[in-house]
Amino acid sequence: MNNGPLQGVRITEFTSAWAGPYATCLLALLGAEVIKVESRRRLDHSRNTSFSTGKDFSGPNESSVFNSLNLNKLGVNLNLSKPKGVEIAKKLVRVSDAVMENMRPGVMPRLGLGYEVLREVKQDIIYLSSSACGQTGPEREYVGYAPTFAALGGASFVTGYEDWPPSNFMGAIDLRSATTSAFAMVAALCHRQRTGEGQYVDLSSQETIAVLVGDTLLDYIMNQRVPMRMGNRDDVTAPHNCYRCRGDDNWISIAVTTDQEWQALCGTMERPELAQDERFSDAYKRWNNQDELDQIINEWTKGQDYYDVMEKLQKAGVAAAPSLSSEGLFKDPHLKERDVFMQVEHPVIGKDWVIAPPWRLSATPAEIKRHAPLLGEHNDFIFHGLLGMSRKEIKELEEEQVIY
Amino acid sequence: MKGTVLGGVLEDVKVLEYCTMISGPYCTKLLADMGAEVVKIESPGTGDEARRSGPFPGDIPHQEKSGLFLYLNTNKRGITLDPGKPMGKEIFEGLVKNVDILVEDTPPGYMEQLGLGYEDLKGLNPGLIMTSISPFGRSGPNKDYKAYQLNTAHVSGQGYLLPIPSPTLERPPVKAGGNSCDCDAGLVAAVAVLSAFYWKGATGQGQFIELSKQEALMSMQRVESVTFANDGVTMTRQAQAQSRMPGGVMPCKDGYVVAVTPEEHQWKALMELVGNPEWSKEDWCKDQRGRSEHAQELNGYLIEWMKQHTKEEIFRKGQALSCPIAPINSAEDLLRSEQLNARDFFVEVEHPKAGRLTVPSSPYRFSKSPLRWERPAPLLGEHNEDVLCERLGYTREDLVKLRETGII
Repeated sequence: MNNGPLQGVRITEFTSAWAGPYATCLLALLGAEVIKVESRRRLDHSRNTSFSTGKDFSGPNESSVFNSLNLNKLGVNLNLSKPKGVEIAKKLVRVSDAVMENMRPGVMPRLGLGYEVLREVKQDIIYLSSSACGQTGPEREYVGYAPTFAALGGASFVTGYEDWPPSNFMGAIDLRSATTSAFAMVAALCHRQRTGEGQYVDLSSQETIAVLVGDTLLDYIMNQRVPMRMGNRDDVTAPHNCYRCRGDDNWISIAVTTDQEWQALCGTMERPELAQDERFSDAYKRWNNQDELDQIINEWTKGQDYYDVMEKLQKAGVAAAPSLSSEGLFKDPHLKERDVFMQVEHPVIGKDWVIAPPWRLSATPAEIKRHAPLLGEHNDFIFHGLLGMSRKEIKELEEEQVIY
Repeated sequence: MKGTVLGGVLEDVKVLEYCTMISGPYCTKLLADMGAEVVKIESPGTGDEARRSGPFPGDIPHQEKSGLFLYLNTNKRGITLDPGKPMGKEIFEGLVKNVDILVEDTPPGYMEQLGLGYEDLKGLNPGLIMTSISPFGRSGPNKDYKAYQLNTAHVSGQGYLLPIPSPTLERPPVKAGGNSCDCDAGLVAAVAVLSAFYWKGATGQGQFIELSKQEALMSMQRVESVTFANDGVTMTRQAQAQSRMPGGVMPCKDGYVVAVTPEEHQWKALMELVGNPEWSKEDWCKDQRGRSEHAQELNGYLIEWMKQHTKEEIFRKGQALSCPIAPINSAEDLLRSEQLNARDFFVEVEHPKAGRLTVPSSPYRFSKSPLRWERPAPLLGEHNEDVLCERLGYTREDLVKLRETGII
């Protein structure tokens, strides 16, 4: 059993892709028992394809992406287009504390699994719907994925080079929506713990991104100014950029915010004359002359190893850290010492590297207990073991493509 | 403040915040906006560093008018306190005795030096949930290293893959715009904090939570972060996989749009949007693989069409066809968004110095417990009297002395 703080909580989920599954994965890492309902009829695309690398998987149980986003869960198959499938789903809800879904708004109610119905099934159920734009408003049925959430939420517009189109965003945006869903779900669990009340939670992915860049909206609100892209630069301080280091596409980020840090940077570069240089003598001048400053720093970093630069600067009290690729992260000594990369044994994939839970809780640690479920792996465990259905009935339902 | 005051999801949850800038304050803002009673501790005289960060109305810096500060500290109460002084420490301890949750972001080891580490504080309040946020966590070779948001953005792997796509690897990777990286860390922390509060509700037990910003940001990249470990693939910001998928970010008549069509019917919807032109009937355009091989050519055609249409037109017509396409919204577009306004996403707060201010609210709506917008961000030391006299029983004369000695 899991030792996490949410042990004893049971969640039934009807989600696919990234934003839904990772939300309940976080809750499962924190100890909740999560039952994932899926169907062969319409497979979760993350079982088939990696949107990040473009890799296609040859079977539904071979996806490292699916594994990473569905750790610790139990998985059952139910065909919700069949009335019997819906009835079994309701039985699962009856023994659950919470439900999460991320279908297009309106789909769950049409299937007969809307909040109003499930509240009849389980009076104090918590029901969270995650969607692109929310369950209300003129755009509620608009479709979208991570790139459109980032675009509509304002993150794309401010990300990228000042002289280049705005940046696209991929799956990482979904995980922000997912983390926000997990937070809202735990809040609703706390509310229920204290009042006995369940409730409905309507989460908009577009809004989860908008609040993360919320302060950029304030500039428009206060000054009618639209914040633009500015690469790595800061509004006020400089130097504040990435600089080339030795090797292929290796960069170090350096941020200087005080005169003291500036002096320390000059000392570390063995360029004491720069500390006296008129062009860089205060924050305002450094900001105005940052193109020159960036060139000077690049000259110094370009032949060096990025860890050497980091260590020299950190010793002098200057914030510096490499821009790490997936290879860089995997080989990073600090992350290694903190066991951030972990291997999970998966029956089909074999040993699969995943990222450890991001928090360390002293009394109730978040833990990776098992690989993501194979398709239908827990049909027997859940339908027979939890719901008490006979094996004969299960077999018939399989033949009828209800358990499918 | 507009609207009625209603009970929040986290009403009566007591939180103490000893943080500056963004990550820690964003974490407790999430709790405060749900109704938790958050008391923010700032340094006497100077206050939270965010007070000196813009935007400011009219670009005139003022410690009570920072847009960043006002956004990150809604619904909190604020006091000034120096826990480094013996009397300040005593007050800090008094406050800790009466809260459920403490969130702090001082460098690892600092609270222990003050005698205010978790081991010290749990003696005063065994049910305390203490969360420490730091750039690299509390162990490992980098634990004492300094990192601003730019550094954590890059050392977590988030920056390396941006922008998508980059025209050339000769230009540096960039951090995501605005302060989203620091907010990410606050959001990730909040999930654990509330989960620990749930555990406390079940058992009465408190605990210590450690959060490394680097790891919090990595958690948002968990799929991209393991591609080398599992497949020997190092993705770059040239985003090969995405550039093989036609669509993406495209210029239009008055800005940019983004389209993403993983499903065949969505591709067909996109083709319908652009009027099912001749090239869309070519053999190579009939399946994903052919299109991927001709991605560049295809994008040329698509952009040609997009450039003749406005983002509004593309958005409405495309979505009417169930095509996942959207405008790339600026701050101005967000403020004018019909959808966001129909959902009352923006709320108005009345601030004694900054005046009436619109701020983004929250990305979720709870049916039983509407979010409350009870108070604007606190003025520096605004609630010293409220908190110290009413909660801890100090007298007004005590406050005068505490102020004179720089403790509050």
